[in-house]
Amino acid sequence: MRLLATARDWMDERFHWAELAAPLKKKTVPLHKLSPWYFLGGITLFLFGIQVCTGILLLLYYHPGANEAFESVQYIMTRVQFGWLVRSIHSWAANLMILSAFAHMFSVVFLRAYRKPRELTWVSGMLLLFLAMGFGFSGYLLPWNTLAFFATKVGTEITGQVPVVGHAMMVFLRGGEDVTGATLTRFFGFHVAVLPGITVLLVLVHLALVQYFGMSVPPGVEKRWEAHPAEARQMSFFPNFFLRELMAWYIALGVLGALAAILPWDLGTKADPFAPAPAGIRPEWYFMFMFQTLKKIPAKLWFVDGEVVGILVFGAAGALWLLLPFFDQVGRGRGRRFILGAGLFALSYILAMTAYGYLAK
Amino acid sequence: MENHESSDRAAPRRRVIEFLLGGGLFASFVSFVYPVLRYLVPPPVADLGGDEVVAAKVGDLKPNGSRIFRFGSRPGLLLMTAEGEYRALSAVCTHLSCTVQYRSDLRQIWCACHNGLYDLAGRNVSGPPPRPLELFQVHVRGDEIVVSRKREA
Amino acid sequence: MDTLRNSARCIAFCLPLFLFLCARPASAQTQNTCLECHGSLDPPLQVTAEQFARDIHAQKGLTCAACHGGDPTQLSMDAMSKSAGFRGKIQRNQIPELCGRCHADSEFMRKYDPSLRTDQLAQYKTSVHGQRLAHGDTRVAVCVDCHGVHDLRAVRDTRSKVNPLNVAETCSRCHSNAEYMKAYGIPTDQFFKYSTSVHHEAMVVRGDLSAPTCTTCHGNHGAAPPGVGSVKNVCSTCHVFQSQMFEKSSHKAAFQAAGLPGCVVCHSNHRVVHPSDAMLATGPGAVCSRCHNPGDKCDRATATLLRTLTGLDGAIKDADQELAVAESSGMEVSEARLAQDQARDSLTKARVTIHSFRKELVDQDIQAGLIIAAKNLQAGKDALRERDYRRVGLGVSVLAILIVLLGLRAYIRLIEQNPKSSSEVSS
Repeated sequence: MRLLATARDWMDERFHWAELAAPLKKKTVPLHKLSPWYFLGGITLFLFGIQVCTGILLLLYYHPGANEAFESVQYIMTRVQFGWLVRSIHSWAANLMILSAFAHMFSVVFLRAYRKPRELTWVSGMLLLFLAMGFGFSGYLLPWNTLAFFATKVGTEITGQVPVVGHAMMVFLRGGEDVTGATLTRFFGFHVAVLPGITVLLVLVHLALVQYFGMSVPPGVEKRWEAHPAEARQMSFFPNFFLRELMAWYIALGVLGALAAILPWDLGTKADPFAPAPAGIRPEWYFMFMFQTLKKIPAKLWFVDGEVVGILVFGAAGALWLLLPFFDQVGRGRGRRFILGAGLFALSYILAMTAYGYLAK
Repeated sequence: MENHESSDRAAPRRRVIEFLLGGGLFASFVSFVYPVLRYLVPPPVADLGGDEVVAAKVGDLKPNGSRIFRFGSRPGLLLMTAEGEYRALSAVCTHLSCTVQYRSDLRQIWCACHNGLYDLAGRNVSGPPPRPLELFQVHVRGDEIVVSRKREA
Repeated sequence: MDTLRNSARCIAFCLPLFLFLCARPASAQTQNTCLECHGSLDPPLQVTAEQFARDIHAQKGLTCAACHGGDPTQLSMDAMSKSAGFRGKIQRNQIPELCGRCHADSEFMRKYDPSLRTDQLAQYKTSVHGQRLAHGDTRVAVCVDCHGVHDLRAVRDTRSKVNPLNVAETCSRCHSNAEYMKAYGIPTDQFFKYSTSVHHEAMVVRGDLSAPTCTTCHGNHGAAPPGVGSVKNVCSTCHVFQSQMFEKSSHKAAFQAAGLPGCVVCHSNHRVVHPSDAMLATGPGAVCSRCHNPGDKCDRATATLLRTLTGLDGAIKDADQELAVAESSGMEVSEARLAQDQARDSLTKARVTIHSFRKELVDQDIQAGLIIAAKNLQAGKDALRERDYRRVGLGVSVLAILIVLLGLRAYIRLIEQNPKSSSEVSS
């Protein structure tokens, strides 16, 4: 502890550390029954940090390229010391991060934390969610196994169905007309350079906004506190909330370690573009609800291709969802109730279609 | 953060907790950092990529001799012709996937299962095999014979 | 007179047309008026244009007249006049010669397909079918029975009755018909037996055209059963290694002396099922005990051979199982799995070497296989040990994490129980 104090003083003499850290020291978190939901954002950030670290470690041994990718992942899993651990943690944390991001997003919807003045926090957060799913999609292909190859084929095929720009988008994603080694190179570039760059910037923006506006209090609690100010309680961020958050992060670490050791991530078989598609191709679970929806839409709706309708509907839904906060004040309470209803519908729809996708044959 | 009020009972307890926390943090860091440090050390078997493998060392093969080696997940055949030239091909027969062998008496590649014959360029010349054997590239690097897949354009 | 004038008019009208059509490359559009009537008749006179269009002869520009004579340009019954060379229905015993008129003429066939053989008629005459036909038996197969007639397809067409994939079924049309074959006194269960064989499975199920069918061993045009002494030659065309081993073995002389047909003795001719180790020694499915007495020197030798084979088989299976357990716990054992292929290759080789009936040769392959299988078993065990090591490591880190969690909880409680440094700040 003495050492820490000395180091602190040294930094403070040069960078006026204490002045910079003062606002952080004063930062508080509202304390109420729904406060635990505040952890989700931090957990998502922590898992992203894990992804960056394990991702960099994987970069030391991974070879992008149709002829080498699979073997290099196999090499990591079998020859590199603790390679199995790094790779399995990377795969599991990816899924947990997206799950946590979705949970964080829905908690913001139901706790109505997107309200004025936090609209841009919501928009930056939604963009981050889309980026996370992009990470998932691009990263999934990198081991170049059969399931990933065909899932990518189907996924980019669906992109190609967007009217007007679909084909151009598909060619851009695939680096050609078909999924080939060029696609792998491109996805690798997206996954390790493009997406991380944009994500880091957006994360900084998102965090800055959160810091600027402070934590939002749910409307019910807010009203109660306005009526009875004595009941309003806050918790210091440092050290109290932070220590609790540290506990949550450590639990996440334990879960990740257990998953990696007991349920290691599958390697699969090397992708063969000329082999017929295996039965039961599925995307990763976070795309399943969209995939299942598209499967179930009839082939033709009026005169339009069913799949195109599905894609357009999802596109429109995504765009509207991005602009959710701007509907909040529409009407007198109508906009708010609509958002609540839409949120409930979206959550149940996603859960139901995901379950359906897995339980159906 | 030092609390001087109920210090008598609190201080030892505080120290125990601090010790526990500090020790636990240290132990957990070690359990995270140790694998990472081990990971950073490259393994003894270098990864040349799925495209390449060291099939043998110079001197392992005699003229008109051969050996089976592992290439990716399938066997390969490395042979030295009577003139001393190295050839490498896939050892998986294109008929029913038996492992082929080099016949020094025939100077051809033969599959024992159904008498399929391939010439030294892998072309299927006799018997049931419907397709030629895949040819690989051979380079000699120092005293290692490296076999690699032919680069696709 | 009328007929003559009609014919003259017809020829005057048709001749330029006919010449014009002849000047074009041979095509199905060569005038073939026979089909105009015969297309709407009832069987057996019925031949539709659609049917004939499938025929390879029609596709090469030949008409009905090529075989039946007559005038294919005439629309009236004059087409079938004797003066036009009409022959009507061809007698069965004349069919081979009729087909041979073209198909045995190499100069003629060269104009259509230079690579087609022209010795089919000569071969046919040596076959059992040909010889019986020459003696007046018209119930035997002639060209059209196997190849079809009027919609005869090329052999390489998969719908052809004589395409390798379909040959067995074509032969069985007669040879499995007990009623039909009663007079000949030969068995009629060959097709039934063949359909249980590995050769049938390879050809018909897996589509491997290099697998043997009836004609591979019996010949097609010169069809006859191979003699007892030449059975081995037939089998050894593909099964070289086994045959070489057998040639050098003790059984060759013994079988020859007893007039036994080599391979067929143990493996059967039509019901060639996948051989198993149980064919050795005694016990159900054993073939050795058909000749050898239980307890004699040979029987003891085969018992040993059986033991070594099942020993290697067992070792490979044990290693497979161990690797499967390792794999299902998430360990990566693809290298050992690949090496298992090598062990299985050794077992296959040993099963081939059995045909030499010499223990020392078989042992060479067995030993090689056992070494590999043992290595793979060890690899599986190592993988399981690694898995346990990982679980212990996990336990250690989880323990450290639990300590941290407990410590954090206690620390939080500690710093928050003091009202001075309380976490709560009144807003």
